[in-house]
Amino acid sequence: MKTNKILNTSNDLRWKIGEGFHDKLTEGIYADAANIAQNSVHKKGNKKRFRFDRSLDKIVTSRLWGFPIMIAILSIVLWLTIIGANYPSGLLADLLIGNAYPWLKSITESFPWWLSGFLVDGVYLALAWVIAVMLPPMAIFFPLFTLLEDFGYLPRVAFNLDHLFKKSGAHGKQALTMSMGFGCNAAGVIATRIIDSPRERLIAIITNNFSLCNGRWPTQILIASIFIGALVPQSFAGAISTLAVIGIALLGIAFTFLVSLFLSKTMLKGEVSSFTLELPPYRPPRFWKTIYTSIIDRTLIVLWRACLFAAPAGAVIWLISNVTIGDSNIANWMILHLDGFGLLLGLNGVILLAYIVAIPANEIVIPTILMLTVMSASIAGVGEGNGVMFELESVSATGDILKAGGWTLLTAVNIMLFSLLHNPCSTTIYTIYKETKSIKWTTVASVLPIILGFIVCFIVAQVWRILA
Amino acid sequence: MQTLTNSACEGCDLNQASNLKKLGVNINNNDFVVALAGNPNTGKSTVFNALTGLRQHTGNWPGKTVTRAEGGYSYNDKKYKLVDLPGTYSLLSTSQDEEIARNFILFGKPDVTIIVVDASRLERNLNLVLQILEITDKAVLCLNLMDEAKRLDIEINERTLAKDLGIPVVPTSARFKEGIPELLNTVHQVASGEIICKPHRIKSVPKKINKAIEKLRLEIEKAFPNVPNSRWIALRLLDGDQRIIEAIKTGEFITE
Repeated sequence: MKTNKILNTSNDLRWKIGEGFHDKLTEGIYADAANIAQNSVHKKGNKKRFRFDRSLDKIVTSRLWGFPIMIAILSIVLWLTIIGANYPSGLLADLLIGNAYPWLKSITESFPWWLSGFLVDGVYLALAWVIAVMLPPMAIFFPLFTLLEDFGYLPRVAFNLDHLFKKSGAHGKQALTMSMGFGCNAAGVIATRIIDSPRERLIAIITNNFSLCNGRWPTQILIASIFIGALVPQSFAGAISTLAVIGIALLGIAFTFLVSLFLSKTMLKGEVSSFTLELPPYRPPRFWKTIYTSIIDRTLIVLWRACLFAAPAGAVIWLISNVTIGDSNIANWMILHLDGFGLLLGLNGVILLAYIVAIPANEIVIPTILMLTVMSASIAGVGEGNGVMFELESVSATGDILKAGGWTLLTAVNIMLFSLLHNPCSTTIYTIYKETKSIKWTTVASVLPIILGFIVCFIVAQVWRILA
Repeated sequence: MQTLTNSACEGCDLNQASNLKKLGVNINNNDFVVALAGNPNTGKSTVFNALTGLRQHTGNWPGKTVTRAEGGYSYNDKKYKLVDLPGTYSLLSTSQDEEIARNFILFGKPDVTIIVVDASRLERNLNLVLQILEITDKAVLCLNLMDEAKRLDIEINERTLAKDLGIPVVPTSARFKEGIPELLNTVHQVASGEIICKPHRIKSVPKKINKAIEKLRLEIEKAFPNVPNSRWIALRLLDGDQRIIEAIKTGEFITE
């Protein structure tokens, strides 16, 4: 009863005070803050640094230069990643697959064939592949991204993209969550908590998947190097592959806007809310500390997660290609049935099956595709047997396998598109459920991108075939 | 990079931080709970890392921390649990990150709240400081990014500031581990009751409103004698804050 009395009194008083309580209180707080600051803060004349910040902001957030600078920075980061990751990747593959794998094979020789197959050919090779392919690009990409973050560039990106998001009926802060998504979509989904309005937050969650995550960067980079880079002379290959990957990343951003617009006109109608974004001061990043923490915090943690998912997936792949129904193994049977639909999309059954197996982690899509391709096309002289993931000495050897598996430039383009437009990984799906607590929106977020992927791949394949 | 002893100074007995044991995520059986609050991008996570030895990722953009991060440290034989709250500009609105911060300070009843502010943008940061001081009595102002303030030739008289706010003020440059020993000691003193704070209350509001706040405050205190922040609750009730109205109904404030 006491509580009721309090609530009644507060209601009465609220009526008496009338409108504007909130504003008056806020004004009061500001007035007090100004008073206190005046008593203790003493600014001396020199304001040079402020001017530097401002003039830099004028350039990087200008209408004319904002976008070109953003794209240029993204290109430089990607180019360094693509160029820089090549050599250490080969080295790691040599070490883990060239040397360690035969050694493991020899010490498990006394095991029954299915056990050594399951453990070494299945689990170990999947792990080795993920480490060799993913570690080098991540160890370059993440520190570079973190340096930009520490410098204070991200909020400027948000500022530049704000009016585009507004036009799409979404929240300007979505630019920040989108940027987080370029590292990891699950992290991007959690980051949407900075968005106040539930409507705009849902839009940000659903569209986060259109930011290429680190599990998908290596796929894009590898396919671009094999198929797109090969279209031009060797000396331009790196630049052209980079451009192709940037194209896909920008397409992802375009889809973010389009789908946001679509959602805000259909399922998630409402007003766009405004917000204040503080452009923080530029701070010189602490270089070594940043390198260290981003390698420990991000690279290794993400790699660990990838390994956690890759190991069982490797086991599953080995199993489906060694367990037989009738006269064919499960993998072949599934590939056969998926092939028709796959070809319609300019893909093939192998790719679709790889995406089903790789729902837990996008990272293992490429090794899975390679392995299944070799198995189903029965390419002689490569690989070690059914369900064995392997590493080839060079990017061009990987390309030869894929071409032998019936891949064309269209397949490559479409797999790059499909890698951008498909369901989020299981971690992200689970995170979306935890954040929205809604099965409906989790389903929308999972299914919408893959439907888009089907549509886009289908259109590209049909147009391509008409033109070719 | 963050080993226990980086230099001869950190291991020295004369250095108060030598009593510091970074406990990482080991936060069982803590004696005190300490909250880290402040505007976005003022270096809360850096302070958090300096105290706990954890490596919570820090970044130069507002809204980096959206969840509560927890860690522990022990100082002078007392164990502290440190909670890194999301950075917010105010506690008066309703986005989820602001609510996490507000609810923790209000309902989590930390023994000390460290309010981290950007020394080079003090006035803007004070808005949040004043709101936090309406909620809690036990607070320490961590005047962070002093290096940046110095670079910009901004001088701050810590004594006047401490007097005006009614809480201890510790200047720090957490990125360079400067001022952390002093911060630890001050938090210890506030937690153990050696320093009693007399926090500033918002003054510049019209008389009519002040009267209403006062009237409601007395009533709340009559109903819940132990509640430490009756004035804040009164403020929020008058603003029609649903979460607080709910809390009054369920009696969430009574539990000590």
